[in-house]
Amino acid sequence: MAKRRADTRNGVGDRALHHELLRTMLLQRRFEERCAEAYAVGKIGGFCHLYIGQEATGTGAISVLRDDDYVIGTYRDHAQAIARGIAPRAIMAELFGRIDGCSGGKGGSMHLFSREHNFLGGHGIVGGNIPLATGVAFAIKYRGGDQVCLCFFGEAAVNIGSFHESLNMAGLWKLPVIYVIENNRYGMGTALERASAINDIAERARAYDMPRSVVDGQDVLAVRQAVGEAVQRARTECVPTLIEARTYRFMGHSMSDAAAGTYRSKAELDEQLKRDPIALLRSRMQDKGEITDAEVTALDAEVRAQCEDAWQFADQSPEPPLEALYEDVLVDTTSDPELAPVAAGVPPTVAPIAAA
Amino acid sequence: MSVMNILEAIRDALGTEMAADDRVILLGQDIGKFGGIFRATDGLYAQFGGERVIDMPLAEGAIIGSALGLALSGLRPVAEIQFLGFARQAFHQIVSQVARMRHRSRGRFAASMVIRAPFGGGVRTPELHSDAVECQFAQAQGLKVIAPSNPYDAKGMLLAAIRDPDPVLFCEPLHGYRSIKGDVPSSAYTVDFSKANVVRQGNDITLIGWSSAVNVALRAAEALATEGIEATVVDIRSLLPLDVGGIVAAVESTGRCVIVHEAPLTAGFGAEIAATLAREAFYSLQAPIERVTGPDAPYPLAGAEQMYLPGVDRVVAAARRTAQGQ
Ligand SMILES: Cc1ncc(C[n+]2csc(CCOP(=O)(O)OP(=O)(O)O)c2C)c(N)n1
Ligand SMILES: [Mg+2]
Repeated sequence: MAKRRADTRNGVGDRALHHELLRTMLLQRRFEERCAEAYAVGKIGGFCHLYIGQEATGTGAISVLRDDDYVIGTYRDHAQAIARGIAPRAIMAELFGRIDGCSGGKGGSMHLFSREHNFLGGHGIVGGNIPLATGVAFAIKYRGGDQVCLCFFGEAAVNIGSFHESLNMAGLWKLPVIYVIENNRYGMGTALERASAINDIAERARAYDMPRSVVDGQDVLAVRQAVGEAVQRARTECVPTLIEARTYRFMGHSMSDAAAGTYRSKAELDEQLKRDPIALLRSRMQDKGEITDAEVTALDAEVRAQCEDAWQFADQSPEPPLEALYEDVLVDTTSDPELAPVAAGVPPTVAPIAAA
Repeated sequence: MSVMNILEAIRDALGTEMAADDRVILLGQDIGKFGGIFRATDGLYAQFGGERVIDMPLAEGAIIGSALGLALSGLRPVAEIQFLGFARQAFHQIVSQVARMRHRSRGRFAASMVIRAPFGGGVRTPELHSDAVECQFAQAQGLKVIAPSNPYDAKGMLLAAIRDPDPVLFCEPLHGYRSIKGDVPSSAYTVDFSKANVVRQGNDITLIGWSSAVNVALRAAEALATEGIEATVVDIRSLLPLDVGGIVAAVESTGRCVIVHEAPLTAGFGAEIAATLAREAFYSLQAPIERVTGPDAPYPLAGAEQMYLPGVDRVVAAARRTAQGQ
């Protein structure tokens, strides 16, 4: 999505906005289809977690932010990066591990970063990002700013300590943070009901005196609405919110497991596929006469071309040189005059301890 | 007896002990229906049920802490952590609770439990998932830290670990999970992991490693043999406690030593071994001890992985230098 100021209009009936949301989600979908392809041919190594099926959650949530707000996510971060406006070229190059990637080819699929977009990662450790979002929100409040921090994580992350520790602080200090649970029902192969004491996980906000809401994560406009309200509250009243977006991932947890078969049935998946967030928005737009089939086809061709361009760009970008391994581990303070220790004038003379 | 890979040997050990001892229960994320992230527990849920193969919420600290509670109550928990890098989420429980229990209670309570986790790289997984952090646990007094290099040892060491009266961190070679195969007896047997294992005999130099580094050392030894350098290869099996007598004897027989491990050089466990040898085998050393390790840098993306890992070429080069060194 192109960079722009916050747009908190309710969305309904806004043709241009709907086009933009559709474009973002279609781009995410096509982009990740290419990721799967790139993974299969070995262009992408390591892990690769796709967001396919969940696009409305990230897109709707990020669409209500301002450019100076912050976003922090998980390893399932490609689509959020796209929604935040990071160039598909820079994302694909990062996935390929090339120097033109948004993390210089050293972060990879799970660790996308962009300072220009206030995109603070991509985090590989489940729950690892939640305290960071809390700290970012603390800093906003400390400085008296009116930005907000939007933090994404899956429903399995609500069972780890850092979630509770963070929500307590955010509730205690009233921090401008919006925690968005992307509840896709499974943490890897474990169903929510098998891992959480309560199934309505948004209810956990009660323990921290925090507003909460549950939203249909397949409906991009509903997500926009819910997150928009929370952002407004955070910006103007400095109140945190916990939002549970109910969504579903259409693919396996990562590229190494099947979409269905072991822990969820093919029938369940098929049922969920009927609620494809892109198809939902598209048919809503068609019903309203906001888009024609020809326009959809043209849009699809356009985003596909963008993904092909991203692939070609990534493929031509070089790998980081081997020396890069040692770069950015620490700053070399000894050779940087600006970082050299500042002498505090004449060192005080220390009187020897008098002999007894 | 049948040919198994390391994963199969681990699964076999777990199944064997669960059938023999109903105090043994498994805990971990996705270990039940899903069969474990690497399928180490595949089939055990069907065989023993959800009460003994327990899917845990995503909460490493509480997985280990509650396993400790089970152990204190007389059960024999075997907890799986998906990657050893994630055991850092439970560092407090492992190092400050599990390891200290016996000492803190003056022997009134002890944690007879096992924590299993794959470690190390070589399969294109990124940082956190490839980190070889086993030595970060080797300062936890009251814990055993062991790491098998082959399927036979994997089964025998795991059975020994489960029966051990003390807590054992069982580090599994992610890289060798499926690729390293060997004969594994179907009976229940234990391997005494307190003894280092000399897996190859040679008179010119001693290569020391554990887990997948042993296999790198073995391949290096074959390459060295073609140049007329015969290497002894020692699999220490256990970092904590370390079989000092075993490694000293193996180094005294050649007077030259190269230590191989995946973790970064600085403060890696190779430093402990080298310092021990410098003290205990000083008069038989004919050349400086070398270490072939990962660099002092975070684990890289797949593209740079092979240069990061201590490969056969680097071990051969170091061994050549050491064999010729005075
Ligand atoms: C602390 C920690 N434990 C385990 C893992 C391995 N792991 C990665 S993703 C995942 C499941 C997380 O599920 P959820 O939070 O619901 O997010 P989703 O993948 O469904 O988006 C697990 C167990 C990890 N990355 N970090
Ligand atoms: Mg989930």
